[in-house]
Amino acid sequence: MSEARSEQVLRVDAYPTHEVGGYRVRAGKPFPFGANVVPGGVSFSVFSDQASSMTLVIFKRGESEPMAELEFPEEFRTGSVFAMTVFGLDHENIEYGYRADGPYDPVSGHRFDARQVLSDPYARLISGRDVWGVEPDRSRGYQYRSRVCLQDFDWGDDTPLRLPAEDLVVYETHVRGFTRHPSSQVTAPGTFAGLREKIPYLKELGVNCIELLPVFEFDESDNMRSNPETGEHLFDYWGYNTVSFFAPKAGYAATGRYGMQGDEFRTLIKDLHAAGIEVILDVVFNHTAEGNEQGPTISFKGLDNATYYMLTPEGYYFNFSGTGNTVNCNHPVVRNFVLDCLRHWVADYHIDGFRFDLAAILGRALDGTPLPNPPLLELLAFDPVLRHTKLIAEAWDAGGLYEVGNFPAYGRWAEWNGKYRDTVRSFLKGDPGVTGELATRIAGSPDLYSTRGTSASVNFITAHDGFTLADLVSYNDKHNEANGEGNNDGGNDNASWNCGAEGPTDDPEINRLRTRQMKNALAILMTSQGIPMLLSGDEVARTQQGNNNTYCQDNELSWFDWSQVDENAELLRFTREMIAFRGRHRELRSTSHPTGQVRESLGLPDISWHGERAWQPDWSAESRLLAVARCGTGDDDVVYVAMNSHWEAHDLELPALPHGRSWHLFADTGAEAPHDIRTPGGEPELENAGKYLIGPRSVVILVGRTPDPEL
Amino acid sequence: MSLNVKERRNKGGTVLVATGEINSETSGQLLQSLLPLVREGRPLRIDLTAVTYVSSAGLRTLLVVYREAQHAGVAVTLYGVSEEVRFVMSATGFLDFFETGEAAAAQSKAKSTPKTAVAR
Repeated sequence: MSEARSEQVLRVDAYPTHEVGGYRVRAGKPFPFGANVVPGGVSFSVFSDQASSMTLVIFKRGESEPMAELEFPEEFRTGSVFAMTVFGLDHENIEYGYRADGPYDPVSGHRFDARQVLSDPYARLISGRDVWGVEPDRSRGYQYRSRVCLQDFDWGDDTPLRLPAEDLVVYETHVRGFTRHPSSQVTAPGTFAGLREKIPYLKELGVNCIELLPVFEFDESDNMRSNPETGEHLFDYWGYNTVSFFAPKAGYAATGRYGMQGDEFRTLIKDLHAAGIEVILDVVFNHTAEGNEQGPTISFKGLDNATYYMLTPEGYYFNFSGTGNTVNCNHPVVRNFVLDCLRHWVADYHIDGFRFDLAAILGRALDGTPLPNPPLLELLAFDPVLRHTKLIAEAWDAGGLYEVGNFPAYGRWAEWNGKYRDTVRSFLKGDPGVTGELATRIAGSPDLYSTRGTSASVNFITAHDGFTLADLVSYNDKHNEANGEGNNDGGNDNASWNCGAEGPTDDPEINRLRTRQMKNALAILMTSQGIPMLLSGDEVARTQQGNNNTYCQDNELSWFDWSQVDENAELLRFTREMIAFRGRHRELRSTSHPTGQVRESLGLPDISWHGERAWQPDWSAESRLLAVARCGTGDDDVVYVAMNSHWEAHDLELPALPHGRSWHLFADTGAEAPHDIRTPGGEPELENAGKYLIGPRSVVILVGRTPDPEL
Repeated sequence: MSLNVKERRNKGGTVLVATGEINSETSGQLLQSLLPLVREGRPLRIDLTAVTYVSSAGLRTLLVVYREAQHAGVAVTLYGVSEEVRFVMSATGFLDFFETGEAAAAQSKAKSTPKTAVAR
């Protein structure tokens, strides 16, 4: 008999003391919240500050009518926490919820309604939306049904990877969209298991971190709109509308119909870690799926509306999220809820980091005013469990707060650098007057992050929200008609350029220019200081046909088309080599901002700026050409990147290198494949040592190193 | 649905033939049958050909048996795993603890540590 079974401890609290509704029970433990399997039974614990009474409602799995309704005896309440252990339950075959009774007085913030069965905010498993897209039976009173589960996954030696932030190459993707397309050829398309089968692709691409669009349980069917042309029902595809914060989305699991989504997701994470790939979750704590006064009551609204939501003095919902309600993140109880939730994902799912949607909201006070020292952000920054977890803010909200560069960071928080995106896009399309700001952005935005280092800046040119890279160079305007809002949704400030024709074209010149522009974008992104983030599919020119807001497009507009891997092999190869190049040159990943200080080993500054003439950058308004040389320490190569967004070619005079080194050509986006890029380390030496002709709208990357004696 | 369990002893070891579903209601019974066999120390085969469904609790039970067998130095082999059960075990990572029949045979030559195995 092994240790596990021989050490079954006799526990006094494994015996019931009371009987409620025909079930044997005893007072439960207030902590931890949620439903926890204990010897002989299940302990249920739920918080409500204003509830006058609380009832545990238990269903046999899948049934509409409850099998038991057990009111918590008054003596089972500690503070405002109701806790009860129920014995003799088959935890695998029940679902549960709560009825909270109390005042219905919206002006005071209270919306109790004992007729409703409420989801447990701490439920680790939710049933009711087990298979993606299956039309739910809305006549059932209880839709999102809490379930009990064990947290005994066998992780082996796995832990979060703790890769240095500056070494990350982030790949933003969608669990379903990544493999749902028939061309994916995976066993279970559109699921965690499907994504797991594509790990070799990610590894070969060279990314070492995937950032997943929301995976907390949400209801894809809560979008009521249809495509006006086809009549097709539109789903909430992105999922920024959380129903349950501790539960992985069942519809993203091939085994969701068996309630095994937790293990399937953990297995994916374990295997990603084994491949050296971290997992960052896009988390949405700014609002919930309960909407405003007209929205459904799912959980918080009925349990403790006044605690969980920011309310106006009249009891209406503040709407800083643009979606109806705003979570009251800096209320002490809610702070702890967010902390408990993130700890759960790190401890029980080995998640490596989080990207916080509309994170500026997390810094607002209970009345909505921005706080100088927001307790929630500080709490997360210093929490022991989250200590090495990546924390990334989308540092703005829909209420007008824009904090890029001054998000309260506590030495820990990084930000989606929206200014990087805007500047690089503007430069790429050939806007005048951008070279100065471009220099600041590619050097890791020292104007924004002087005290925080370069890895505070998550650099991106495209993300799920907006154009894909292929669309950025193919459309001047958004084309969102399929979303059913008359093309009024989605951003208008895209800084995009179609290269001469709107949308697909047969013009070979335009198509060549588009490919070059995509390569230019990738080359700039991968040679900038800061953490680069790539939108999934950009490496193979994924198009959304000009739709820049595909939140509701669960179809080929959004899905990764794997046939593009072969069709756009040229761009894929370019992306791979650029990622590999970044990995090879640590000066591109330096955490400190460059200072211009001369490196003694090579006699060159850590960063230097150049134009057509070496050492003479042109910062004038009409300049569309900038070159940067980075010099590392010791034997590091010198990396020279020239970026020309002008429509004409220019002769470049190259800076002189120390004795024994010469310039080698790594990439020239103006050259036809396969001469557009080389394998890092295999660059040929330039024939004309001091000069290089950069073509129109091109990026050239040179490496200053000692020549390979064999070449 | 219930679970029927039959033991059969032969020269090479013991075979346990399971019929039905392995879920939270039946997994206790399966464990009761398997643990004494693990303790006997003879090679153990679990024949799942007639098992139509293994729930989350059932998978955990199989993993517990694996851990007990590992502890006792006993080889456990799963046989007759249906396509569906195999897929569920694979997606949830439980299959990683077991090896295919061929691989287990190769392993036993290479290593002295007994492994559990899955064979069709």
